[in-house]
Amino acid sequence: MPFVAPQAQKSAYDVIVVGSGAAGGQSAYTLCMDGAKVLMLEAGRNYSPETETPMFQTPDWAPLRADGTPDKPFGFYDATVGGGWEVPGEPYVRSSEESGLRFDWWRARMLGGRTNHWGRISLRNGPYDFKPRSRDGLGFDWPLEYADVAPYYDKVELLIGVYGSNEGLENTPNSPPGCLLPPPTPLVSDLLIAQRAKRLGIPAIPGHRAVLTQPLDYKGSPARLHPGNATAQKILADDMRKRAACLWATPCGRGCAIRANYQSPTVHLPPALMSGNLDITTDAMVYEVTLGRDGRTNGVNFVDRISGKQRHAAARVVVLAASACESVRILFNSKTAQFPQGLANSSGKVGRYLMDTVGSGLNGQIPLLENLPPLNEDSADGHQLYVPWWLYQDQLAGKLGFARGYHIEFGGGKRMPGFGTGAGMEWLTGGSYGVKYKQDVRRYYGSFVYFDGRGEMIPNDLSFCEIDPNVKDKWGIPVLRFHWGWSAHEQRQAAHMQKTFAGIIEAMGGRTQGTVQTDGAKAIAAGGSIIHEVGGAIMGSDPKSSVTNKWCQTWDVDNLFITDGAVFASNADKNPTLTIMALAWRAADHILERMRRKEL
Amino acid sequence: MDRRTTIKWVLAASASLPLLEGRAAWAGSAPAQGYGTDPKLATHHQSGELWPLTLNAAQRRLAGILSDIIIPADERSPGASALGVVDFIDEWVSAPYPAQQRDRTLVLDGFTWMDAEAVRRSGKEFAQLGIAGQRGICDDICDASRAAAERRQAARFFARYRDLTAGGFYTTPAGRKDLNYIGNVALTRFDGPPPALLGALGLR
Repeated sequence: MPFVAPQAQKSAYDVIVVGSGAAGGQSAYTLCMDGAKVLMLEAGRNYSPETETPMFQTPDWAPLRADGTPDKPFGFYDATVGGGWEVPGEPYVRSSEESGLRFDWWRARMLGGRTNHWGRISLRNGPYDFKPRSRDGLGFDWPLEYADVAPYYDKVELLIGVYGSNEGLENTPNSPPGCLLPPPTPLVSDLLIAQRAKRLGIPAIPGHRAVLTQPLDYKGSPARLHPGNATAQKILADDMRKRAACLWATPCGRGCAIRANYQSPTVHLPPALMSGNLDITTDAMVYEVTLGRDGRTNGVNFVDRISGKQRHAAARVVVLAASACESVRILFNSKTAQFPQGLANSSGKVGRYLMDTVGSGLNGQIPLLENLPPLNEDSADGHQLYVPWWLYQDQLAGKLGFARGYHIEFGGGKRMPGFGTGAGMEWLTGGSYGVKYKQDVRRYYGSFVYFDGRGEMIPNDLSFCEIDPNVKDKWGIPVLRFHWGWSAHEQRQAAHMQKTFAGIIEAMGGRTQGTVQTDGAKAIAAGGSIIHEVGGAIMGSDPKSSVTNKWCQTWDVDNLFITDGAVFASNADKNPTLTIMALAWRAADHILERMRRKEL
Repeated sequence: MDRRTTIKWVLAASASLPLLEGRAAWAGSAPAQGYGTDPKLATHHQSGELWPLTLNAAQRRLAGILSDIIIPADERSPGASALGVVDFIDEWVSAPYPAQQRDRTLVLDGFTWMDAEAVRRSGKEFAQLGIAGQRGICDDICDASRAAAERRQAARFFARYRDLTAGGFYTTPAGRKDLNYIGNVALTRFDGPPPALLGALGLR
């Protein structure tokens, strides 16, 4: 029964979940494990990481040595199916191609969506991150605080498996005992970076990623996650036992056939399906939420991509979890006489306050790391250590010139040689070729380090999306048009990143590669390119200025919820996925409670 | 680089342009399709399988000579052409994607320049020049920052060709071995670097 064709769907469900990624997976998991009958609609094709993941394939097996192309921008072996920066037949519109005004949108069309290829970095927002306006007067406060979300961070960490450590640093929360798996051993380059950064007062601590560094606690965690629900505990315990620990090889971005990292189809969906409460229809492109005469939703309309036919599915509750921008698009395309600006948009805030993460990077070459003996440095695929934002007090005192922080993702090591190995080394070799070049490549292999800043963007009026009046996709569905702009806060932050990275590279006795970009407008990566786009249907405490309440429930339609990144009222430097899952679990608990009270 | 500039730097080298023919022939037929957004990931794909290879015999000969000048055999590993790097270069410059099509122009014009330059210097094509003469030309274009103004475009070609050769070479099993890469194997535990190494680096 689990995977069903449209014609095999039941006539009605308790809940329809639109999307199968982090938000959809978590929403469906929580609802199904507690007995709700759920239909999940995924726009992309079915996908099985167990059978489809290229685990140990090397670049010489792939076209173009696995280097990226417009068909597979992150490389041939990247897990993304049916998408990338462009989805065939499904365009979007940019209001500007100019640097600083451009927005790029990464999409996937597959079961599990972008959770199949994501970086697995799983950081909690801290207390400041939910109340940014109270702290510095900019942006918006969330209608909830860290204490409201903390129990759900605990649950998600226990369920999906996240490695990390508790360091007690400012606004970088600890997890309760037993929540985190042990972090992987740092590499030589990690330890050198940490040592030299520390001399500059910059702390490097174990990273947090959704990778199983040891098997999950299948004996203890199910009871912590589902107290009083023996069926759910049994299903989860059985499934946790089937997830293997990391085998310390092959990049996570390809997906993981042994289920050692988090992706929705290997973690959320198997137990949800095992509950018997979940039906999944893939190739189901939802374009509209439908309303009954009572002003409540009664389901959704979707295009069956196989037959091309339009169909309706019915439920008491609809949960949009299609990704921030797709959910916004569905709301716009669901306009009615009652909601002429789009469904749930009486505030006029649908599509507004899109945010991405501020990104800027710098590489360095480190003589101390040259000519090291052979080492296996595949490890857990990076992020053994990272630098959390460390200048909260200077920033609050107004010493930095920008209001929000960033963390630093860094790495190095003797990773598997790829298409770029030996490339662009003239600045080190003076253009050697022949035997000398081979010696140079050996010497420099493994001596490079990278630093990527990931910073908070403050929501602004320039960055939003709307429906393009002319362009439609191949299904006839109107598409989004994006507008983008940065404030001086983000630009100064990006310049600060560059200066910091150059300082660390210098402290390592290394050389920076390329220009250290001190012009923030040039240092900053394009909007959307970090693929942390959130906002567009922000939550708040006032129906006039927000789209949902603190339960991810739309103010305008009582039984319509949005559990993806669209509801984010700010976009902390912490990567959004863990927070998406925590909020989705919390919203699903709320839906269950209200269904039990017969309010939904 | 636009086409006008390309023609200019190639023509500047010589009037004798035997290798331009391949580029012109290719321009007549539409490039093949790419592999799409849902290709088979687990298969061992061979060069020429997803789109036809397009270099002619003369171009492939030059490609091999140049690859082996850049990565010759030494005591640790074979030369580039022995590891199939010419097939890879051919696959690369025959690919239908924009970046590869730009490289095709750069590489084929570069081949033409190499031959023309060889003829200008010694009256022989590059392949007939002998290693000393070949290296003499390469020495003048191996570093774009030092190359004479009239050879700057040729130096850009050489830099890209060196990158392509290395990309083809170091991704083979023998190339990985050359770099002592010992990963991509399943481990039951990951212990990290040996303490003695960390001690030697002052990291303990």
